[in-house]
Order: sequence, then C-alpha cells, then structure tokens
Amino acid sequence: MNVAHAPHSLRTSGLGSCVGVVLYDETKKIAGLLHVMLPDSSLGRSDRLNAAKFADTGIYSLMEMLKAEGVRPLSLKAKIAGGSQMFQFGSSDTIRIGPRNVEAVKQELARLSIPIIAEDTGGSSGRTIEFDPMTCALRIRTVNLGTKEI
Amino acid sequence: MKSEHEITDMHLDVLKEIGNIGAAHAATSLSQLLSKKIEMHVPKVSLVSFDEMFDLAGGAERIVAGIYLKIQGDLSGSMFFVLPIDSANQFIRRLIGNEEFDFYKTPIPEMGISAMQELGNILSGSYLSALSDFTGLKVHPTVPSLSVDMVGAIVSFGLIEVSHYSDEVIVIDTRIEEQGTNGNSSVDGHFFLLPDPESYITIFRSLGVL
Repeated sequence: MNVAHAPHSLRTSGLGSCVGVVLYDETKKIAGLLHVMLPDSSLGRSDRLNAAKFADTGIYSLMEMLKAEGVRPLSLKAKIAGGSQMFQFGSSDTIRIGPRNVEAVKQELARLSIPIIAEDTGGSSGRTIEFDPMTCALRIRTVNLGTKEI
Repeated sequence: MKSEHEITDMHLDVLKEIGNIGAAHAATSLSQLLSKKIEMHVPKVSLVSFDEMFDLAGGAERIVAGIYLKIQGDLSGSMFFVLPIDSANQFIRRLIGNEEFDFYKTPIPEMGISAMQELGNILSGSYLSALSDFTGLKVHPTVPSLSVDMVGAIVSFGLIEVSHYSDEVIVIDTRIEEQGTNGNSSVDGHFFLLPDPESYITIFRSLGVL
C-alpha cells in the first residue's frame, strides 16, 4: 500500500488473481495504490495479518492514508485492474479467488461511495500496472495482450 | 503458524531433506527424459515474504512457463515447476522433436501444452513419491496446469491458501541446471514446494521432530 504525489507514479507488477486498486484525487494529483490478495478480512486466521491484503480493510486503510494527506473522501475516484483466473483447477474457493476479489473490491468501493472510473478485470493473464497521478491514466501491461491505458 | 509451534532451524533442515530427496528423484527423471545430465543444487528452505518468494523465481515480472499442481492426501500444499521460456522451449523441442515450437507464439500449440503438463506430471510424481516414501505420508498430486505468464501472477496463486494464515511462507526451493556447451546454463529452473501451514506439523510429526 502506497501513496504518491505527481510527478511520482505508482506501480505493482505481476498481478494474477490479486486486484490492484488505485484511489486518486484528480485536482490534488495524489493517488494511492493497494494490492488486494483476499476478498474479506474475516478469512484471516490470525489477528496479526497485514490489513492491506484484504479488500475491505485495505481499501479503508488506503482511504485513511489519503485523508491524512489532505484528500477529501468525496473527491476520490477509483480505477481497478487484476482478478484473473490463472489456472483452471483447484478447490472451488481458490479457483474463483480472482472474481471474488473483484466483487469484494467493488462492494467496498460502493459502500464508501467511491466511483469506479475504469476497470480491466478478469481474464486469464497476469498484469503489471502503473498509475500516473498527473494524467490519472492507468497503464496495464500483459504478456500476451500488449499494453493499454484506461 | 508461529502461534502454535515455533519453527526452529532443525525443522527447516528436515524440510530441506525433503526437498533434497524429492528434487533428486525429479531431476533424475528429467535427465532420463532428456538424455542429459541435469544438475541439482542443494535446496534452500526459507521463511520469506510474498515479494521475496517472487524474487526467488527471478522477480514478479519475469516471464516463465509455470506448472502448478496441488498436493492432496495427508499433506496439502502447492507445487510449482518454473522454467524460463527459453529453457521450456528447449525441453519441449527435444521432447516432441519439433524445432519450430515456441512458447512465445500465441496461441501456444496444444502439443506443447500437453507435453509440458506431462513433464510436470512426471516430475511432480517422482518428487512426491520420494517424499511419500521418506515420510510415510500418503500424498498425491492433482492434474498439473500450465501457465505462461509473469512469475508474480503464477506463483501468487499458490500463496492464496497460505495468505489466510500468514504474510510469510515456507518455501522449499530446489534449483536445477544444465551446463550448456558455452558455459551458460541452458536449463535453469526451480521446483517450489509450499506446504500449507496446517501441514507443517504433519510433516514434523511424521519424521519425529515434534
């Protein structure tokens, strides 16, 4: 979990079933990036786990981090990418972890009234993503499908 | 996992021995398949963060052919056989006798995918049967699945189960290598065995170190 001011950018590489969540403020040119691994903190079986890896606790902490930088929650917008299904088997829970992460992220963003401006989710490819707070463009690179911006 | 039993150096040594025996058998199978001598390094067993896990395989963004399978039975966990694309190409070209084959081409020809999965089957089978003989535990692999993509995207799939318990994972990493004629290694791969946290205790008990 990280926050950057323009001209610095935010980046996370090799997203598979994980979801990269970018929260940003267009006018202040500040953005935060979160790497969600599991949908719900109630799945944690130890109380000392990193809150940032769950959709619910992670998005909330990231919002708090941005608030500390002077961002108003109402001016926040979101872009999300990831949540793919890398392999076609596994226990039914594990195999759907990508889509479940995406659903959980959307639910939490809706709960916090943060609009999703763009998304590139699902499929079966890994993604490396980079967000530029200046232009608010999210650049997504995949191995087989090239690079795009959303 | 640390809450119940402390993992000591002795425990890690036991896991190293498991990696040693398993990977030695797998490397022998691979040598026979390819009629080439495949070198195996002493396994490394470490407790690492998820990011460090990706670094072991060359960094989250490195493009690899990764075979993934789950272990079931008395033990549960994930196993990966990770090869850089160039090594995977060499393997498969030799196995199917087609010099044109290339994992960089999309879509990847079916023949190559199933040959690679078969390779995963054979290697994991020899790794796990050695592990099973050594520990007396019944273990069997699922059907292997192949993905050609970034290391981070592939390996993180095996970390999901662990991530419910911990932000760190015990990885039994065995590097295999074949010395090419020009001194560069022409094959450079990894076997990763990631036991699920509840299986640590089963392993230690079976070997009488708990």
